[in-house]
Amino acid sequence: MADGKAKSGLLLDIRNLRIEATVYPPGEAPKTITLVHDVSLTLEKGKVLGLIGESGAGKSTIGLSSMGYGRGGVRITGGEVILNGRDILKGGKEGFRKLRGREVCYVAQSAAAAFNPAHRLMDQVVEASLLHGTATRAEAEKRAVALFKKLSLPNPETIGERFPHQVSGGQLQRVMTAMALCSEPDLIVFDEPTTALDVTTQIDVLAAIKDAIRDTHVAALYITHDLAVVAQVSDEIMVLRHGRLVEWGGTRQIIKEPRQEYTNALVSVHEIEHREQQPGTAPMLSVKNVTAAYGGGHVKVLKNVSVDIFPGQTLAVVGESGSGKSTLARAITGLLPPEQGSVVFDGRTLGNKLSDRPKEDLRQLQMIYQMADVAMNPRQTVGTIIGRPLEFYFGMKGRERDKRVNELLDEIEMGKGFIDRYPAELSGGQKQRVCIARSLAAKPKLIICDEVTSALDPLVANGILKLLLNLQQHEKVAYLFITHDLATVKSIADSIAVMYRGEVVRYGSKSKVLTPPFDAYTDLLLSSVPEMEIGWLEKAISGRRMASAGN
Amino acid sequence: MSSPIVKLVAQRIALGVVLLLAVSVLIFAGTQILPGDVAQAILGQSATPESLANLREQLGLNQPAYIRYLHWLGGVLTGDLGTAMSSGQDIATSIKSRLWNTLFLAFWAAIVAIPLAITLGLIAVRYRNGWVDKLISGVALASTSFPEFFIGYLLVFYFAVQHQWFPAISTVYDEMSFGERMQAIALPAAALTLVVLAHMMRMTRAAILNVMQSAYVETAELKGLSAFAVIRKHAFPNAIAPIINVVMLNLAYLVVGVVVVEVIFVYPGMGQYLVDHVTKRDVPVVQAVGLIFAAVYITLNIIADIAAIVANPRLRHPK
Repeated sequence: MADGKAKSGLLLDIRNLRIEATVYPPGEAPKTITLVHDVSLTLEKGKVLGLIGESGAGKSTIGLSSMGYGRGGVRITGGEVILNGRDILKGGKEGFRKLRGREVCYVAQSAAAAFNPAHRLMDQVVEASLLHGTATRAEAEKRAVALFKKLSLPNPETIGERFPHQVSGGQLQRVMTAMALCSEPDLIVFDEPTTALDVTTQIDVLAAIKDAIRDTHVAALYITHDLAVVAQVSDEIMVLRHGRLVEWGGTRQIIKEPRQEYTNALVSVHEIEHREQQPGTAPMLSVKNVTAAYGGGHVKVLKNVSVDIFPGQTLAVVGESGSGKSTLARAITGLLPPEQGSVVFDGRTLGNKLSDRPKEDLRQLQMIYQMADVAMNPRQTVGTIIGRPLEFYFGMKGRERDKRVNELLDEIEMGKGFIDRYPAELSGGQKQRVCIARSLAAKPKLIICDEVTSALDPLVANGILKLLLNLQQHEKVAYLFITHDLATVKSIADSIAVMYRGEVVRYGSKSKVLTPPFDAYTDLLLSSVPEMEIGWLEKAISGRRMASAGN
Repeated sequence: MSSPIVKLVAQRIALGVVLLLAVSVLIFAGTQILPGDVAQAILGQSATPESLANLREQLGLNQPAYIRYLHWLGGVLTGDLGTAMSSGQDIATSIKSRLWNTLFLAFWAAIVAIPLAITLGLIAVRYRNGWVDKLISGVALASTSFPEFFIGYLLVFYFAVQHQWFPAISTVYDEMSFGERMQAIALPAAALTLVVLAHMMRMTRAAILNVMQSAYVETAELKGLSAFAVIRKHAFPNAIAPIINVVMLNLAYLVVGVVVVEVIFVYPGMGQYLVDHVTKRDVPVVQAVGLIFAAVYITLNIIADIAAIVANPRLRHPK
């Protein structure tokens, strides 16, 4: 394209992009579905465009199309992808290979999975530069070390000699960014680069990525489902839904004055009104000085943990991965018998082991898991799945059981048509609703929710949270709500326990826990949650520098 | 080398020794359960009770079983495998040349089969689900599905009878030059290669396909590596452990499972030696050969285990 070169600032110009895939539904003829419907975008040199939307919006598919890559059976069937003045779709396989890793580089969601476990980091970081002949090994390694320094990785001179498993997740994500920058590309596609990280790690990686983009003048497509994150790094934001463009504008306009209703819903997603309930006189379930360990007592994961849960209320347990949140749930349910301490329910001490507990105790404590699809038998219908606890605990059969299943389906706001469906025919949010109905079927006094909204899109997660709050009012059920997401905590909790390395570092009513003065860890946790505010990242980082200088 | 590896390797070797001892007990016990004993076998049907008792006394067969076992084990450990009943020859001496012959044949079959199988596996993955993949899989499967004797006779018919490129009978003796020896074993080695090829090839293909779904394979593709480079550099190193396992199993088969092929080609190896002496009910020889086969099998499997441990970067380079 002659005029493409003429517009000197223009790097990427995607015109009417159409992407299709063939799906093979069980028992039906294969059919072609359209993933991206005629989406156009332009990106200037050195600018960052945020692509945002829920899963299935086509964000990653569009991002990868700039490298001519389609995951699985995905095909680009229409439109033009003009990079540096030429339509790359006309270049064929050989053309794609020449631009991948040279003009356009990719940073994946999970660096832990995206690095080859069999090779040293440095070999992988310089691989693309050597392959395309843009540098000798010595030059590329020098550049890589400089990038490691820029991305504030520890021991930049030697970290390249390590293998991926010897480096933490946050560090790997930064090494992956260095890998993308090493071949000095014109464009980097960041595909949810901080989503898999803990919130306290995310902020550092985000700041490192932002600095690197600024200093190297590379352009970027930044893909995420988190609007607060993308607001920190993007110049412009494009909102996508079901493979179609919803809204495209400057970052300030999108988060402050969204023009489309869907964008508005994304912006205000976390605002759920929930009045905090005061703790009653007698707790329903008390965890008393519980210490638990894995590996025959070698790895202590819970250290002297004590919390109370009151009837009909929600205790939120927050902390980063490895803090012992889920282990606490396992200790309460008897899946991991505590080494010391006890769990008191309704005034009596529960058996340590699952096998020591009578059926009635099992019924009173139910669980909902993060991954709804693996928590259900894929070969059973929704009716069988929800009906199972009815049969098991109450001996219901036949018509009586089906009636109750339909009532439960009503409660979770799903129609009657779902009773004969299989889990594979449900969306992520619907699957989680079925899991909720299954736990409600046992009429428990306490439901333990282990990261139940973490795998869901923000809007869907919001619906689940609202449902849980409604059900709590109707059924007077208490929740132990395990999460790493502080926004969720604010929406749903009555009391909060903050966990760090197996200990409860802060515990009390929601208002008390979220009011200063904070202990150091809670402060770090709270200040790390991205806010939908331009310039929040810089403020948060400088706040931390001051704090650490003060210490 | 770091301590976790040393510990794991030491564990495997110790386990192997224990296993081998257990197998020696089994072999000894198994031959004891058989009706009749050595004395009866030597003297045959015409034996009188007196001569039997005398011979038993002479051979130490009247001692309790565990003493005889310890005696036998002590002999094995010092290199004395006993004397063959049928010929009266020292077993260790007769086995030595035959074991060497078997290893020689197995070695050359392996030298051809292993690289060929792995290369074919890599190619099958590169062109997966295409006609190249199907052709490789089909031919390899067909060659495995044919019984060994059938493949052996086909080879003899075509290459020895019709074209006379190679001898039909693979007798080897000490005076042969290396070249003559190689010519002699060409057909049995080819037959063995065809027998073990498909298993290794299919496993290589499956193990690599298994890691082709990984995110790091996508990373490699997005660096612009060619399809074959992605497979060779990024997928293969992570699939090596299951491949080594199946390679070692097939190596073991090349040593201990060659009976049929050795008999067809009249190759003076362990298999033929075993078959000969089973028909003669020569218990000491059967015991010795059984123990050697078990040792080969266990050793190769230990090597596979150790190689898989060493191939794992997490164990080689602990945090």
